[in-house]
This record gives sequence, C-alpha cells and structure tokens, in this order.
Amino acid sequence: MKRIGGTRGAPESAAERYRAGVLKYSQMGYWDSGYRPKDTDVLAMFRITPQEGVEANEAAAAVAGESSTATWTVVWTDRLTACDRYRAKAYKVEPVPGSPGQYFAYIAYDLDLFEPGSIANLTASIIGNVFGFKPLKALRLEDMRFPVAYVKTFSGPSTGIVVERERLDKFGRPLLGATVKPKLGLSGKNYGRVVYEALKGGLDFTKDDENINSQPFMHWRDRFLNCMEAVSRAEAATGEVKGHYLNVTAATMEDMYERAEFARELGSVIVMIDLVIGYTAIQSMSKWARRNDMILHLHRAGHGTYTRQKNHGVSFRVIAKWMRLAGVDHLHAGTIVGKLEGDPNTVQGFYNVLREPRNELDLQRGIFFEQDWAGLPGVMPVASGGIHAGQMHQLLTYLGDDTVLQFGGGTIGHPMGIAAGATANRVALEAMVLARNEGRDIWREGPSILADAAKHCAPLRAALDTWGEVTFDYASTDTPDFVPTPTAAA
Amino acid sequence: MRLTQGTFSFLPDLTDAQISSQIEYCLQRGWALSVEYTEDPHPRNTYWEMYGIPMFDLKDAAGILREVQLCRKTFPNRYIKVNAFDSTRGVESLRLSFLVARPQEEPGFELLREAGPGRQVRYALRSYATRRPEGHRY
Repeated sequence: MKRIGGTRGAPESAAERYRAGVLKYSQMGYWDSGYRPKDTDVLAMFRITPQEGVEANEAAAAVAGESSTATWTVVWTDRLTACDRYRAKAYKVEPVPGSPGQYFAYIAYDLDLFEPGSIANLTASIIGNVFGFKPLKALRLEDMRFPVAYVKTFSGPSTGIVVERERLDKFGRPLLGATVKPKLGLSGKNYGRVVYEALKGGLDFTKDDENINSQPFMHWRDRFLNCMEAVSRAEAATGEVKGHYLNVTAATMEDMYERAEFARELGSVIVMIDLVIGYTAIQSMSKWARRNDMILHLHRAGHGTYTRQKNHGVSFRVIAKWMRLAGVDHLHAGTIVGKLEGDPNTVQGFYNVLREPRNELDLQRGIFFEQDWAGLPGVMPVASGGIHAGQMHQLLTYLGDDTVLQFGGGTIGHPMGIAAGATANRVALEAMVLARNEGRDIWREGPSILADAAKHCAPLRAALDTWGEVTFDYASTDTPDFVPTPTAAA
Repeated sequence: MRLTQGTFSFLPDLTDAQISSQIEYCLQRGWALSVEYTEDPHPRNTYWEMYGIPMFDLKDAAGILREVQLCRKTFPNRYIKVNAFDSTRGVESLRLSFLVARPQEEPGFELLREAGPGRQVRYALRSYATRRPEGHRY
C-alpha cells in the first residue's frame, strides 16, 4: 500500500514526535477533527481526489501541511517555533455528493501565516506548492473565508459600484458595453470609429479586448488618442458620460504606468488590465487607479485554464474574492446565457461574491462559507460573450442591475450599423427595466415586451429578427455539487 | 439633440401613469424620492437644483407625482428628474434617476478642442444653452 508518510505508529511523546524520520501528516498535527475554527482564521475548502489507497483524512492533512509549515520529513527546528499554532489544520472531510473518490476538505489557517494586504503572499501559501503533490490525483480550491481583520488590510476596489455610478451619473439599470471587433487588425482611426458609433448609439462603455496592447497595426498611443476623440464626440452628441476601457496591459510595470498616465492625461474615466499581468501588478494598478480617480477594469484573460474543470484548479469564486480584495472595479464573471461557460447558480455565486456586503452559506450557488466583506466596496461584474438584445429579460433576471452587459457582436454586427446596434440594446434594456419595475413578469413576458418596444425602434426590430433565436445551449462543466432537495409539498 | 441622461431616456417620454408606476416601485423598496431641475445639462453637472428636500416621509405616489407636476409648472421648459435615494448601508446613494421633463428645444453641446503637443487634444464640452444667463436659457 502506498503511504504519504512513514510507517511509524502515532507518536506518544514530543521526543517521539520529533525523532528524525518520516511521519504521516495526520500524525504531525495537520489533522484535527476536534478543531473549531476561530473567527480570526483564514479558511479554505479544497476538493481532493486522493490516489488509490490514500485515506481522505491523510490527504486532507497533507494539503494542510504542504500549504502551511510542513515538509516531507520531521524537522527538529519546528521546536524553535510555536509550531502548533502555525500548522494549518484540516478539520473536516466530507465525500462530494455524486462524485465517488472526491472529498471536500476544510482547512483552517492562523491569521499570522499571512502578510497583510498581499494577494501574492496569500496565494503563495494556499496554492503555492500543493497542487503538484503526488499523493493527490487532483486538487481544486473551491472556496475561502477571510476574517474581517484580514479583509481590513486590503483597500479593495479603487472606485466600487456605488461611486462608479455616481461618477457616471447612471442609476437603476445595468450599464452597457461592447468590445471593439475585430479585436486585432484595425488601425487607430478605424478602431475609434467603432468606439464613436457604439457610444453615440447608446452604449455607456466600449472596450479594448484582452490582447489589444501595442501591435504593428496599431500603436497604443494612436489607439488612445483616437478612442478619446471618439469618447469626447459621443459625450457631446448625447450629453452623457461615456468611457472606453483603455487596456494598459504591457510587458513591464513601467510600461503600464506610462500608458495609464497617458490615459489619465487624455481625460479617460477608466483603464483596463488583464488577469495575466499577475496579482502583484493588479494590486499596483489598483493603487494607481485610486490615486488617480480612475475606474479599473479587469479582464479575466487566462482564467479558464484553471477554473473550468471541476476536479482540479481554482474555482473562479475564489479568484473573484481575491480580486475584490486586490481592488479592481470591474471583473468579467460570466453571462449564463452567452457563448462562454456558465451554469446559472454557479455564476450567480460569483456575482454575489463580487457585489454583496456579506455572503451567507449558499451551497446551491457554490458558496461554502459565510463572508463578511467589512465595508469593502463591491466589484461590478461584467457579462460578456455571445449575448444579444433578444436575451434582455433573461440577463436582467439572472444578473440584476449592478452589472455591465457587453454586446460586442450584438452591437457591431447589427445589419443597420454599429450605432443602430447600440440603440437596439439600450432600448431593449430600458424597456425591460421599465416593465420589471412596473411589476410585470419579464421572464415570461420578455419576448412580447421586446416586440412592443421594437414598434418605436426599428433597430431593435432588426436585432430581434437577426438574433432572436440564437442560443448557446450546452452543458456546463463547472456546476454546483448541491441541488435543492425537492419538498413533499411541491 | 435628445439628452439621454437618466434611466429611461431611450424610450418615448414617460406618461404620468408610467412615472407613477416607477415611483410606486421605489416606495415599495423604502427609497426616498426627490425632484431636481436644471438648465445646465452638462453631463458632469452633479448638482441640479433641488425642488425641496428628498421626501423621506411621503409614501404616497400620487403626492409625489403632484410635486413633479408642480415643479413642471413652476419651471417650465427645464430638465426635471426624479431621483430615488436608498439609505441602506453600503448604498447610501441613488438607485434610480430618470427624466420627467425636458425643454422643447434641446440645442445640445459643442465640443471644443485645443490642440497640444504630440497630437494631444484637450476637450471641453459646452452646452449651447449656457451661453445665456440663468433663467434665460431655454
């Protein structure tokens, strides 16, 4: 039988415990079923898939050990520390419903294990070493709980949902955006044309895509200058505050600061970064954005490599929590109805993590811990990818008001032009919000509400005729493990 | 031009019955309604004139609609909006804000450009209406 640790029996004395050699992790103090997590502990819940013959408790203890103080063998230098306190403790293991061989392992970490205000330090512990650990076939970080004392070491979103709305003077409805397409190849002048048409037609924001930085076909300065001409023209045409997410992602922090400074000089209200720049760079940009009164948009480029598969990686709900702490204002979090991965309950869980002042335990939405956000502002979730005006009732029902709905293809691909595409989306949205507030059942009546609105809006009619039937109805891979129990009365 | 500030500006102007329904929606959620007006519709004009303080204690949609109508009568040919304020901790801001009157003529905005070094342009937005003194703009 394969073992993680040694074959020695449980140590009965300290001398025995620290004798050179190899012990099981559970014998070293990383498993404690009697441990009651403290309010000040950082908690993590992992989905573990042990190798054949490895007990679940021992695997959980190994995860606790490898993500805190342990190494593979006994070291006497533990005795120079308050090692009982610094050891993470696996305190609960449960089989995953409907997934044989998988277990949920709950682990508590003492607050002193982490540097205040550093996502890099937090993640270096929690996901640093342990994901390649041989005794586990697979490992996924499902959720985390941060104590208020730790949350308070982060300044959080540089702007936050409430202040963003006040700055933009836009209330009571989701914001509307679009990513400029084609995402690569347009010259600065043509790129700005798309921005102008979309904003003038009724969108609040347009957006650079994740991989628009500074390429041979369009240097970043040229893009910034043309986009700000377009933004300013659209503001004059409508009397509304408008914005374009200028992507400042670059090879070095120095380059990113230079681009962000230029965006600020030109009067942009918002800049954008990609998740691939890394946690430290994200925190740096958050501080910059706060210093410069700028909204900070984060595109989750790359996340699918580790968030999508249920048995291994890091759940996006954890990434969402880290990013709220790190301090971004916008984060792409799924559409449910669009072209990209998104189970309804799971995505609503992400939205709640980003927006709510407090999260309650909500297993059906994948929320395994209560989380008090201690006054940290909310992050505006962004819904982007394969959505169109004909789904407005579904989007509003699933996602609520505090979100940015991004219709890229659904704006730019409109048969009557980009401005008409933008108008169609804005009219569809306002008509749906009006109807919902009037007490109508938009889930059921949505299509007829849209059809009525289209009577005074030819672009909306054309949008519904073009895309009304388009759906992306595929099974999700990242789904909740808990389903509501049907009641006898139902 | 048509000023598109506010939640419902892309729809045909709301009727009083529609305005009433929105007020009712806000009252059900415990939000306080207020009426504001301006003749300076610049998108960054945060402080429109208050037509009285927010009606924290008035829970009657018909009464609030009367305030809207009175404001329209007192200040014809202005932009007027209804705001709904939510004092819940973590919000403490507006939850809904929509236009309920606009001037007959909306001349719109001029975009002023000042060319700087390196093709940089400084932009300024100016309402054609604010070239005239307050009280004589629309």
